Amino acid sequence: MSAESADDLPEIVQSWIGQERYVERTEFPIEMGYVLTTLSATQNANPLYWDEAVAKELTDGPITLPTMASVWFRPHDWSPGRTKPAVALQLHFDLKDELGLPEAVMSDNTMVFGEPIRPGDELTTTQILYSVSAPKTTKLGAGRFWEFGVRIVNQNGDLCAEERYTGFGYNRVTPDKEAK
Amino acid sequence: MNQPVQENLLLGDVSTGAPLPELAKVVTPVTVVLGAMASRDWRPQHHDYKFATEHNGLDDIIMNTPNLAAWFERYLTDWTGPKGRLGRIKFRMKDSVYPGETMKFVGSVTAVGPAEKDVGWVDVTVELRSGGKSCVGCEARIALPATPEANPWKLRGGDWRP
Repeated sequence: MSAESADDLPEIVQSWIGQERYVERTEFPIEMGYVLTTLSATQNANPLYWDEAVAKELTDGPITLPTMASVWFRPHDWSPGRTKPAVALQLHFDLKDELGLPEAVMSDNTMVFGEPIRPGDELTTTQILYSVSAPKTTKLGAGRFWEFGVRIVNQNGDLCAEERYTGFGYNRVTPDKEAK
Repeated sequence: MNQPVQENLLLGDVSTGAPLPELAKVVTPVTVVLGAMASRDWRPQHHDYKFATEHNGLDDIIMNTPNLAAWFERYLTDWTGPKGRLGRIKFRMKDSVYPGETMKFVGSVTAVGPAEKDVGWVDVTVELRSGGKSCVGCEARIALPATPEANPWKLRGGDWRP
């Protein structure tokens, strides 16, 4: 359940709440190269991912690590024709811009997993804003919390994962020079 | 210390309050950079020391969140074996993980649910400590087989309720 949003938001930000935005296909079919690199990076020996016979027995063929769901919707660092840097979670950056909060951190991240993601899948992601808080001040600075999510479905329309993030956008606390 | 992937854990093998085996891993720059590249995270604080320290005010390059998620998954499935199927994971970032530190994952079982269709849910809490700091708190829900023949990966549609 989402937190209640503030009533002093810019009209455009208010209009985004509950709206499906950035419905996008992943940039390439899912493949095992990144999976194997992730297994290597985490020294993960799980035979489900290394042994085809185990994958066939347990999951009817190879699957990707569930926690890699967000990996597939991160854009290439560069691609032909792009005029500005692409970022994952564009909604998060839109909020920073519209609310005038240049700094941001993610505090909480929840992932719920459904149908396994398999090599060859083509995924569609949708970003949804759930709430934006009233102004808050933390040790980082003055800003607002926002809660947003990403739904990931495969080419068959099966829900593969839902991610939910809590971000805090803020202006840094300026040191009080007179106090020094 | 690396831990071998264990045989498949059964629902009846676990009880509330039971600890998970500890996992410790020394973090090197390769750990950080390889994990960031594997998770397609090109942001410079995960590979550029100068950017991390001078622009972001960090002590060094830092582990990125998607790769830490993969480390949590590895920790959990080392414990459950390959039939353990992760349904839900929530984590809260509290501090950064730097090269030169030793990551330590410690966890315990917080709830064990009843078996339905020969599969049951187990809730666990996991803490990642590194360099003496508590860096990430994690709660996860993972499905385990109740019998040697059962397989959580076979659950589909309404039978899969993470």
